[in-house]
Amino acid sequence: MIGLAVQGALILAGFVLDLRLGLVLMLWFGAWTLNAGLAETQSGLARRIVPVIFGLAVLALWEMSVKMWAISPVILPAPSAIWAQITGSLPTLGADFVQTFVKGALSGYLLGCGAAVLTAVLIDRSPFLQRGLLPVGNFVAALPIVGIAPIMVMWFGFDWQSKAAVVVVMVFFPVLVNMVAGLKATDSMQRDLMATYSASYWQTLRKLRLPAAMPFLFNGLKIATTLALIGAIVAEFFGSPIVGMGFRITAEIGRLGLPMIWAEIAVAAVAGSAFYGLVALIEKRVTFWHPSQRH
Amino acid sequence: MRSILPVLTVIAAICGIWYLAAVRMNATWVYDQAAREGREVMLVDLVAETLTQERPVLPAPHQVVKGLWDGVAGQKITSKRSLVYHGWVTLSATLLGFAMGSVAGILLAVGIVYNRAMDLSVMPWAIASQTIPILAIAPMIIVVLNSLGVTGILPKAIISAYLSFFPVVVGMVKGLRSPDAMQLDLLRTYSATGAQTFGKLRLPSSMPYLFASLKVGVAASLVGTIVGELPTGAVAGLGSRLLSGSYYGQTVQIWAALFAAAAVAAGLVGLIGWIERATLKRMGMVR
Repeated sequence: MIGLAVQGALILAGFVLDLRLGLVLMLWFGAWTLNAGLAETQSGLARRIVPVIFGLAVLALWEMSVKMWAISPVILPAPSAIWAQITGSLPTLGADFVQTFVKGALSGYLLGCGAAVLTAVLIDRSPFLQRGLLPVGNFVAALPIVGIAPIMVMWFGFDWQSKAAVVVVMVFFPVLVNMVAGLKATDSMQRDLMATYSASYWQTLRKLRLPAAMPFLFNGLKIATTLALIGAIVAEFFGSPIVGMGFRITAEIGRLGLPMIWAEIAVAAVAGSAFYGLVALIEKRVTFWHPSQRH
Repeated sequence: MRSILPVLTVIAAICGIWYLAAVRMNATWVYDQAAREGREVMLVDLVAETLTQERPVLPAPHQVVKGLWDGVAGQKITSKRSLVYHGWVTLSATLLGFAMGSVAGILLAVGIVYNRAMDLSVMPWAIASQTIPILAIAPMIIVVLNSLGVTGILPKAIISAYLSFFPVVVGMVKGLRSPDAMQLDLLRTYSATGAQTFGKLRLPSSMPYLFASLKVGVAASLVGTIVGELPTGAVAGLGSRLLSGSYYGQTVQIWAALFAAAAVAAGLVGLIGWIERATLKRMGMVR
C-alpha cells in the first residue's frame, strides 16, 4: 500500500517531532509490513496468524501509547491494567456473568427462540395468519425493542426475570421470521414425494420440512445470540439488583472505575463470541447435509 | 396488496389482546381502591376504571395514542415536554452518526477488497465484532468524552457511528466481491483500469448489499443513540424520556416515547428502502 520509503520517511519524521510518535509509527509500520509480506504468501497459516498479529499490534500500540503519554486511567486504561483487573476480581466478574448471561440472557434466549419456533409451526397451516404476521414481524424486528426494558423492569421487578423478558421479546421476531421462511424452503417435488408415500401432515413436517428449515432457523438463532446479550445488559441500565454486567458498568462509571468497565466488556465480548460459536457448532452438527457446511 | 387484510386482522387482534391485558393487569389497583373505599366493583366499572388510570401498569392503546398526540401536537415543539423536540434530538444524533459510520464503513470495505493484507488483518475482527455486545460500552464512551470536554451531539453520534460501522463494512465487502470471475475477466479483456472496474462493475453490483446493510445499520444507529442518552442523566432525547418515565412511574410517557422511537426507526428504514428502490430502478436492477 504505502511504499517502504514513504513508511521510513514517516517514521523518521515521527522521531524528529516526538520520540514517542516515532516509536509508535515504527511498531505500526513494522507489523504492517510483516502482515503484508505474510499475506503475499497465500498460505493457510498466514490466514490464521495475520489477524492475530494485527490484534497483538493494536494491543501493543494501546499499551505503549497509554504508558508513554501517561494517559490517565480515568480516560483509557492500559490493556495490562485491564488484565490485572480481570484476574484480580474474578469472583465479581463470575457473579455478574451468571446473573446477566446465564440467568438473564440464556433463559430469555431459550424461551424466546422456543416460543418463536412453536409460533412458526402453529401458523404454518394458516397462510392468512402468515401473510398477516410476517410484515408485522419484519417491522417489529427493525424497531428499537430494547426500549421496552423500563416497562419490563416495572412489571417483573429488578431481578433477572425482567431481563429475560426483554430478551424474549428481542429474539422472538428475528427467529420467527427466519423459521417461517425455513418452513417454506422445501420444493413441491419433495412434498409430492412425501405425498406419494401417503405421509401425514405431521410426518411430512417432522421428516422433511423441519430438517429443511434448519439452515434458516440457525441463521435466526445466530442473529439472536448477540441480541440476547445486548438486551440483558441494556435492561440492567434501567434498574437491577447489585449484581450483573450492566449494573457493574453503570456503577463503575459513577466511580470512574474504567478498568473494571473494560474488564466487564472483555467478559461480554468473550461470552458473546463463545455463545455464537456454540450455536454455530450445533448448526454444523444439525445441518451437516447443507451445501454451506460441506468443504 | 392482498396482505393488507391479514395485517389489519393481526393488528386488530394485538389491540384486542392489549385491551384485555390492560384490564387484567390494572385490575389489582382498582380492587385495592374499591376495598379501601368499601364499595363493590361491577364489571362495567372495572373496565372503565382500568382503562383510565393516571399511572396504569399497562396503559391501554387509546391512552398511549393520546400520550403520543399530546407529545407531538399538544406542545410547542421547543417545549421540553414535546416528543418532536426529543425526537429531533435523537434523530439528529442518529443521522450524524449513521453518516459517519457508513462513510467510514464503505471506505474500509474498499480498502479490504483491494488490499490483501488489510483483508486478512481486519476482516476477521470486523466479523467477530458482530457477535459481541458492543452496545455495552456506550455509557463509558459518553462519560469519557464528557470528561474530555466533548459534549452535546457528538458523543451520541460516535456511538451510533460505530454501531452502524461494522454491518456496513461486512455488507459492502460482500457486495464489492459479488461480481463473478466471468464478469471481472470480461472487463480485463476490455483492458479496463482498476478504477474503471471499480466504477463500472464492482460499485454498481454492490448496491443491493449496501442498502441491505444500511437498513440494519440505521436501526442499530438509533438503538445506539437511545442507549447513549441514558447515562447523561436524562437531559434530552427519546432515551431520556424512557429513563425519566421509568424513574417517576409515568408509564404512558414510556409507551409514548417507545412508539415515537418506533416511528422514527420505521421512518428511517422506510426512507432507505425508498432510496433503494429508486436507485435500483434507475440502474435497472429491480428484483
